[in-house]
Amino acid sequence: MTSHSFNRRTFNWQAVWALFKFEMARTRRTLMQSIISPVVSTCLYFVVFGSAIGSRITEIDGVSYGAFIVPGLIMLSLLTQSVSNASFAIYFPKFIGTVYEILSAPISYVEIVVGYVGAAALKSIILGLIILATASLIVPLKIAHPGMMLLFLVLTAVTFALLGFIIGIWAKNFEQLQVVPLLVITPLTFLGGTFYTLDMLPPIWQKISLFNPVVYLISGFRWSFSGNSDVSVGISLAMALLFLAMGLVTVWWIFKTGYRLKQ
Amino acid sequence: MTEQNTIERNAPADRDGGTGGDDPIVQVRGLTKTYGNGFEALKNIDLEIQRGEIFALLGPNGAGKTTLISVICGIVNATSGSVLVDGHDNVVDFRAARSLIGLVPQELTTDAFETVWATVSLSRGLFGKPSNPAHIEKVLKDLSLWDKKDSMIMSLSGGMKRRVLIAKALGHEPAVLFLDEPSAGVDVELRRAMWDVVLELQKSGVTIILTTHYIGEAEELADRVGVINHGEIVLVEEKTQLMQRFAQKRLTLHLNEALSEIPDSLTDFRLELSNDGNTLHYAFDAKGERTGITKLLTGLQAAGITFRDLDTQQNSLEDIFVDLVRNGA
Ligand SMILES: Nc1ncnc2c1ncn2[C@@H]1O[C@H](COP(=O)(O)OP(=O)(O)OP(=O)(O)O)[C@@H](O)[C@H]1O
Ligand SMILES: [Mg+2]
Repeated sequence: MTSHSFNRRTFNWQAVWALFKFEMARTRRTLMQSIISPVVSTCLYFVVFGSAIGSRITEIDGVSYGAFIVPGLIMLSLLTQSVSNASFAIYFPKFIGTVYEILSAPISYVEIVVGYVGAAALKSIILGLIILATASLIVPLKIAHPGMMLLFLVLTAVTFALLGFIIGIWAKNFEQLQVVPLLVITPLTFLGGTFYTLDMLPPIWQKISLFNPVVYLISGFRWSFSGNSDVSVGISLAMALLFLAMGLVTVWWIFKTGYRLKQ
Repeated sequence: MTEQNTIERNAPADRDGGTGGDDPIVQVRGLTKTYGNGFEALKNIDLEIQRGEIFALLGPNGAGKTTLISVICGIVNATSGSVLVDGHDNVVDFRAARSLIGLVPQELTTDAFETVWATVSLSRGLFGKPSNPAHIEKVLKDLSLWDKKDSMIMSLSGGMKRRVLIAKALGHEPAVLFLDEPSAGVDVELRRAMWDVVLELQKSGVTIILTTHYIGEAEELADRVGVINHGEIVLVEEKTQLMQRFAQKRLTLHLNEALSEIPDSLTDFRLELSNDGNTLHYAFDAKGERTGITKLLTGLQAAGITFRDLDTQQNSLEDIFVDLVRNGA
């Protein structure tokens, strides 16, 4: 009896590790799509926005425009890749039916989330760091608060991987899988201060922008580089934690009800 | 540490001693399942699977076989009722319950781009077992998949994919194995090979529950047979008992003149007289040493009963099955 109740409480690391390894192996196999293509498109943004616009706007808050957009570009990749990695990772087994094995394995919901979201978040963090390294070859970069930079990176990756996980479970077809990243995440990121500071906007748009969650993430992340931000770092951090909590609650609810996983 | 516990619990030597002894290894009580669209797929199912047996679940398409298995394995939530696996509730104590179960699903649901080796290793990991390449090698060899271990699953034939699914389930050394239509789309030779694997597993102490549409398969393998129809269990019986019914033949005599009653001299034969008195039925064991037919005919002659025709009918498991399913409708 003791061994059973002991069992019930024990974390199935073996399973999490198996899921995690499996997911990371998928990345290795699809290296082109997973890592290289986001790096290429980020470089393109650099060339287009950095040099085309950068030649007109020379400096923002004492930072060259090229350096200014780096945090925003990293965030852009981080958000879209976290969402698409995680949503695909759970949607695909649902689609081809292999999810039966995950549902029938002695693995708790927490472990499933840790495995999938962990792998998706780690992938996009690695990607973010690769973009950072690439960018540092093009423009001179300084990172004022490296610890906070990493914290924002991890918080954001995990939160949006969670969001992706939720989308993957919710989606009934590939169209639904694409619609959120395409119609919600990307526009919010573009409008969230990737390429400008909020005070460059007309006052009314500055107000509206405050409803955009991505503003807080980009602002906080940019602060960790330059020490300047649109909103105070404390608020950014609080918001990032709030979004994470919202994601966790939603995932908890999904598993509690079996929503779209178990009929 | 967890693994240690699981392994010990799964070890055949421990299985008989441990929690169980003679209790059923799977106990389903008052199970109902109503799907989201309001369809009642399982109606108050009670079922007990004995340790170490091979149980064949028969039933027409849509009877609820897959639904029942899915609920036991935790893929589909029950609407009410409970499932105990080796005494562990499959919801409250899902870890202990599920770690004992292996499932080979009906549909060929496999990854496409993974190798056979990777997918079987994943299964083992998901079930919390430490990696054991020797075991996986043995499983793949038993299922004649060894030379395909590094092939992408996509490149395999349907029958090979079915074996990959079996390998995935065996990869984590389950104590209870569910095979949902293992012989669908499998050729005769492979079916034989699979039966050997199943019987071999039973010898090592694994309990096996399989669904099938081939009655011959149930006859070949099962210790007990259950029939499900319209979400209800309509029969659970030892196969040998069923086979006795199967071995029974019926001799029907079409009489020249209607009888009002069976003469006393013939009571030993336990004959049945039809309502109109025109036919006599005699049941006998076709596999027995003496069928009693000669005696019966002599007796009839002595009693002055004559007949113009006679025929015999075999009572097959198939007949029993068809009967049950029709009556249940
Ligand atoms: N997700 C679902 N939603 C609604 N109804 C379902 C669902 N899955 C199965 N059913 C219904 O439940 C009934 C039982 O289905 P099930 O798959 O358990 O049958 P089965 O006995 O396995 O049949 P088969 O021999 O064809 O595999 C069927 O009428 C089926 O249409
Ligand atoms: Mg079925």
